[in-house]
Amino acid sequence: MPGAQERVLRRRIGAFQNMKKITRAMELIAATRVVKAVQAAGDARPYSEHITHVITDLASAGAAGDHPLLSQPEQVRTVGVVVFSSDRGLAGAYNSSVIRAAEREVLAAKDAGQGYVLITVGKKAEAYFRFRGYQVHTAYNGFTEKPTYEHAREIAAEITSMFGESVDEVRLAYTRFVSMGTQEVSVRRFLPLETGVDPASAGAQAAQAQFEFEPSPSAVLAALLPRYVESRLFAALLDAAASELASRQRAMKSATDNAQELILKLSRKMNQARQEAITTEIMEIIGGAEALAADQGDDEDLLLDHLFSDPFPALMSDRQFTNIRTKP
Amino acid sequence: MALHVELVSPERIAYSGDAKMVIARTTVGDIAFMSGHVPFVGVLQTWPVRVLHDNDNEDVIAVHQGFVEVSPTDAEGNSRVTILSDVCEVSDTIDVARAKAAKDRATHLLAGDPNDEAAREALARAEVRLEVAGQPKSGTTHP
Repeated sequence: MPGAQERVLRRRIGAFQNMKKITRAMELIAATRVVKAVQAAGDARPYSEHITHVITDLASAGAAGDHPLLSQPEQVRTVGVVVFSSDRGLAGAYNSSVIRAAEREVLAAKDAGQGYVLITVGKKAEAYFRFRGYQVHTAYNGFTEKPTYEHAREIAAEITSMFGESVDEVRLAYTRFVSMGTQEVSVRRFLPLETGVDPASAGAQAAQAQFEFEPSPSAVLAALLPRYVESRLFAALLDAAASELASRQRAMKSATDNAQELILKLSRKMNQARQEAITTEIMEIIGGAEALAADQGDDEDLLLDHLFSDPFPALMSDRQFTNIRTKP
Repeated sequence: MALHVELVSPERIAYSGDAKMVIARTTVGDIAFMSGHVPFVGVLQTWPVRVLHDNDNEDVIAVHQGFVEVSPTDAEGNSRVTILSDVCEVSDTIDVARAKAAKDRATHLLAGDPNDEAAREALARAEVRLEVAGQPKSGTTHP
C-alpha cells in the first residue's frame, strides 16, 4: 500500500529529532560545566604547588624519612587501587578506559600473588567491579562532577588509615585532563609518597636552604603530610571531573551530529517514497481514465458497465473495478 | 623590600596583597613577619591572621589551622609569606548568624561534656569567625 513506507520513515525521523534535542542539551550542559571544572582545577593548583614546595624544603632540611606515609614497605603484600570514574554514563570511552586500566592493576596484583583492596569513586566503576565479582572495599558515589575538598578529605582519611595496616601500596587510576581535546588515563603510585629528594643530596641542600621550623621539622612534616595527601587526591578528583565533562561534551556532540546526519538521510528517503507513491497514484488514475474512455459507447459492453458507469468514475483508481471490466 | 602575602586554601587563593607586617599564631606562640624575615615554616593554630598595610590599615582573616611559609628573599629583597590553610575566610564571606549558632551549640556541648574535643575546636573556630567578622578595619591592638 502506498504511503506506508513514508509513514514509517516519518516516525523514525521524529524519533531522531527528539534524540538530537536531548543530546544537544546534554552537550551544552557539559560544555558549561567543563569550563567551571577546569577553573576549579586551576584554582586548586596554587595550594598543591605550595604544599609540594614546603615538603621539598622540609626534605632538604632532613626531616623526611621516618614518617609512616614516606616509609617504603619491605614487601608489597596488598595493593590498594583507587579508581576514579563517573556517576553517569554517556561520556564516550571515559569510564571504560579508566576502569580497564584499574582492572589491569588488580589482575597484575593477583598474578603477582598480592592481595588487592579496591576503592571506587563513581557509580560506574562500582557497578562494573561488583558485577564481575571483584571485592569493592569502599565506594564513593554522587559527587564526581563537582567534587569538593571535603570529599577528598574523606577519601584521604580512608586511604591513610588503611596504609601501613592492611595495604602496603596505594595506586590511583584516574583520567588526567591535558586539554579540552586530550585526556589520558594515568595510573600512578600514590602511597608511600615520593618527595622527589633523595637523602644523599638532602644534606647539601640543607646548608643553603636554612629554613627555620616551628615547632620542629618533623612536627611540621607530620602536620603537613596528611594535607598533602588530601590535596593530591583533590587534584585527582578535579582532573577526573574535568575529563569526565570534556568526554561527555565530545560524546554528545558527535551523537548530535550523527542524529542530524540520520535525519537528513531519512528525510531524503522519505521524500523519495512520497514522490513514488504520488507517481503510482497518478499512473493508476490515468490508466483508469483511459480504460473508461476506450469503453465508452461499445455495443459489446456488459450490462454491468452501463449500470455502474455513472457512480463509479469517482473511484477510478479502484483497481478491482477496472479488472471486472476486462474486454472479452 | 616589599612583603607579598598570599592566603591559599585548597579551593582557591583566598587573599593576596602586599603588606608591611603579618602577624600569626603558631602552635608555640605569636609571630610577626616583616620583609627580609629568614625562611620559616610554622604550624598555625585556629586564630585570626592580621595583615598590616603601609597606611596602618589592617585586614584580619580567619585561618583555621594550617601552615605559614616564608620563602627566602629574592634578589631585590622581596619576601613572600604564604599561608596554607584548609579554611581561610575574610570578614565579608563569614556568615555571622551561622557562626553564632555554632558557638552556642559548641558552648552547650562543652557544658555537658568538658572533654569534648570536637566541640572545643568548633567553639574556637566560631569565636575566630566572630572576631574576624566583627573586626573594625583598624584599632584593636595586640601586644
